[in-house]
Amino acid sequence: MTELFARYPIILVSLIKIAVLLFFLLTALAYIVWFERKVAAHIQSRIGPYRVGPHGLLQPLADGAKFLFKEDMTPAGADKFVYSLAPFLTLALAISSIALIPFGPDTIRIFGQTTPLVIANVNVGLLIIFAVTSIGVYGVALAGWSSNNKYSLLGGLRSSAQMISYEVTLTMSVVGVLLLAGTFNLSEIVRAQSGFSWHFLPRWNLFSPTLPQILGFFCYFTAAVAETNRLPFDLAEAESELVAGYHTEYSSFRFAMFFMAEYASMITVACLATILFFGGWLSPFSSEPASSWTRYLPAAFFAAAGIALIVNGVRYTTTIGRIELPALGLGLCALAFVCTRPGFVDLAQGPFWFLAKVFVILFVYVWVRWTLPRFRYDQLMDIGWKFLLPLTLANVVLTSLAVVARK
Amino acid sequence: MTAQLAIFLVLAAIAVAGAINLILQRHPIHSALSLIVVMVALAGLYLLLEAEFVAAIQIIVYAGAIMVLFLFVIMLLNAGAEERTNVSHAAHYAGIPLAIFLLLELAYRVARASASMPTQPTPEGATRSLSLLLFQNFAFPFELTSILILIAMLGALVLAKRSE
Repeated sequence: MTELFARYPIILVSLIKIAVLLFFLLTALAYIVWFERKVAAHIQSRIGPYRVGPHGLLQPLADGAKFLFKEDMTPAGADKFVYSLAPFLTLALAISSIALIPFGPDTIRIFGQTTPLVIANVNVGLLIIFAVTSIGVYGVALAGWSSNNKYSLLGGLRSSAQMISYEVTLTMSVVGVLLLAGTFNLSEIVRAQSGFSWHFLPRWNLFSPTLPQILGFFCYFTAAVAETNRLPFDLAEAESELVAGYHTEYSSFRFAMFFMAEYASMITVACLATILFFGGWLSPFSSEPASSWTRYLPAAFFAAAGIALIVNGVRYTTTIGRIELPALGLGLCALAFVCTRPGFVDLAQGPFWFLAKVFVILFVYVWVRWTLPRFRYDQLMDIGWKFLLPLTLANVVLTSLAVVARK
Repeated sequence: MTAQLAIFLVLAAIAVAGAINLILQRHPIHSALSLIVVMVALAGLYLLLEAEFVAAIQIIVYAGAIMVLFLFVIMLLNAGAEERTNVSHAAHYAGIPLAIFLLLELAYRVARASASMPTQPTPEGATRSLSLLLFQNFAFPFELTSILILIAMLGALVLAKRSE
């Protein structure tokens, strides 16, 4: 084994990167659920999770433990093999596409190997992500079919029809971006968006000087919400009609896997939107000397968040909260201090701006879910085929014309 | 044995096993799943040939779109496990020799084929060279095919409307 690693150090480096990314991804999954519950609660004038840990911060741990200890049931008459395959397929595919997402422009050194901040930098990265998401339908469809339950079957049928319909729009809506960038490589797509118009407006594809991809982004985002089966497009699990849709019969950790897969695909879709339309890891401020102070924005942000946590934490109601929250705040302040060190200032830029944009998109995602009511099934099909698809086609034609006109 | 050969053998074994399983399974859904395994294994073989674009398209179009429709129709019809019927005598007696003959024929042709095929397109320009072929050299047949598909689609629409 050590011989293998000595001969091909890339294997060891990749394994380390995968382990680190998986750790962050799974933690992020748990805390996005917490974040969604908090945002939902505040939209509805409630408080949300508050009991388990200060501000409900340990709620994800409690949920995870609960899922592990519940009884895992297989309904009578279910297709056993397919029934247990479906959640694995869904979660594995949802998680694996994150491997293609580049988080920053810089390279880091692990064991003397210089390696970029991406696990797999593939020439056709965008296509591979779409390939992985297109297979993701099977998990939901098979779960619905194998449960031997009419609600599940209806949910599975609905979701496969819906995902086929919106996949066309999803794929066509990024053609405009591809025309502007001229490549399928995600890192190259981000690099093609660098620069500023009139010294302040970044040349992200959303504000591209050739043709702003506003139409493309609108179609992409709508189709992406539908692809991830979230409200207002969650017809596959519409609880007022289908109990819980395709995962009605699933319990325990198999249900948790569907649950995690939904949030994992949300993260992937948000990362992809950031890369395609919002300039990925590029800072929204130009690198001119006049705005060099913006390099310290990540540190300032972490410091402000840390100090706010300390100030509020010492007045928290429970003793454990009075210890935990300031400790968390001190951790953030330490992170802020690290971000001001000479070597780390530049390294922090890419991931900070990337994750900040992803976070904003995730917030919009949650906001949409708790604001809009669910569509009817015929409305869903009408929107997909008669409204979004013609709009994306128009975007492709307009962008092609603009690209040709600029040449 | 090089790593490439090992990966090829694994993928080929998966593809063949999937294809055999496709015939042996009684339930249409299991057969469809086996076919998906075959298609994904084929995509892996394309990746091994550094045809990344073709591999991705293979998964998006075949595994991701066509097979989803297959699965959708099977689920919609709620088809159950197939009964084994008395196979026709002609198929029973002539099938296996014919299959062996076809296999031998293919093996012979492949073994005789010279290695003069271009081994590698430039990795960076694989997508580029493919699109140049499609949209410059073969632009007319390519567009003709798309019109053919459009006609087929219109035909399906007309047939579907007639029953009302």
